[in-house]
Amino acid sequence: MGEFLLATIQVDMHDQLALQLQDDLTGAIEKKGAKGVLIDISALEMVDSFIGRMIADISGMARILDAKTVLVGMQPAVAITLVELGLSLPGVATALNVERGMELLRRSLHDTREDDRFLQR
Amino acid sequence: MTASSNGELPLRNEHDIVLGRQAVRRMAIQQGFSLVDQTKMVTAASELARNALIYGGGGTLKWALLNEGSKRGLRLTFEDHGPGIANLELALTDGWSSGTGLGLGLTGTRRLVNEFEIESAVGVGTRVTITRWK
Repeated sequence: MGEFLLATIQVDMHDQLALQLQDDLTGAIEKKGAKGVLIDISALEMVDSFIGRMIADISGMARILDAKTVLVGMQPAVAITLVELGLSLPGVATALNVERGMELLRRSLHDTREDDRFLQR
Repeated sequence: MTASSNGELPLRNEHDIVLGRQAVRRMAIQQGFSLVDQTKMVTAASELARNALIYGGGGTLKWALLNEGSKRGLRLTFEDHGPGIANLELALTDGWSSGTGLGLGLTGTRRLVNEFEIESAVGVGTRVTITRWK
């Protein structure tokens, strides 16, 4: 998908699998030089503190690797539960679906380039 | 009060947490819980099952479908025989964590259910019981 990576989580992950995803994604960002990562969790029926932390960590690691992460497709029941649990995922960008997430990534990448051009002048 | 059925599941490894979540989902659906209530109960179960595994070295998930008059509910008890929690009051403080979590395990979980009880004894283990009504 060009400069962006798309990770779709489709199974109820056990913890080790969630950590594996974290390793795979950060590895892929480095290997492909990706500038953006979309994590699609529309199939996830539950996000607990472990998976929430994994998502926040991926976002933080990606930022250090100069990539932006957008979490897309969270089900409303999952969002309600997460906030009540006390996990509002600070610092993680979210979008309603993959299309809007892509748009957000393109826009932020475009803005960054504009800034670079400005700085070079 | 009559519990119409009950049983237990082992919590020995990470796969048991996944199986436990799926079993709780099925029971919540059976009791007629809304999608949000199902999700809250499943998430609470996932937190407590992981606690029992990580801090308690494994344990048991006991479940009971409750039918109290026209009220229907689900009660889950997580038991482990780990080191126990020395300072329960501290463990139930928002933001407190023994290190590996996000510091919202017990307090966050308590907000997801209607009833929450915890008993713990150092060197004996920990038992957490949660109940959610439809």
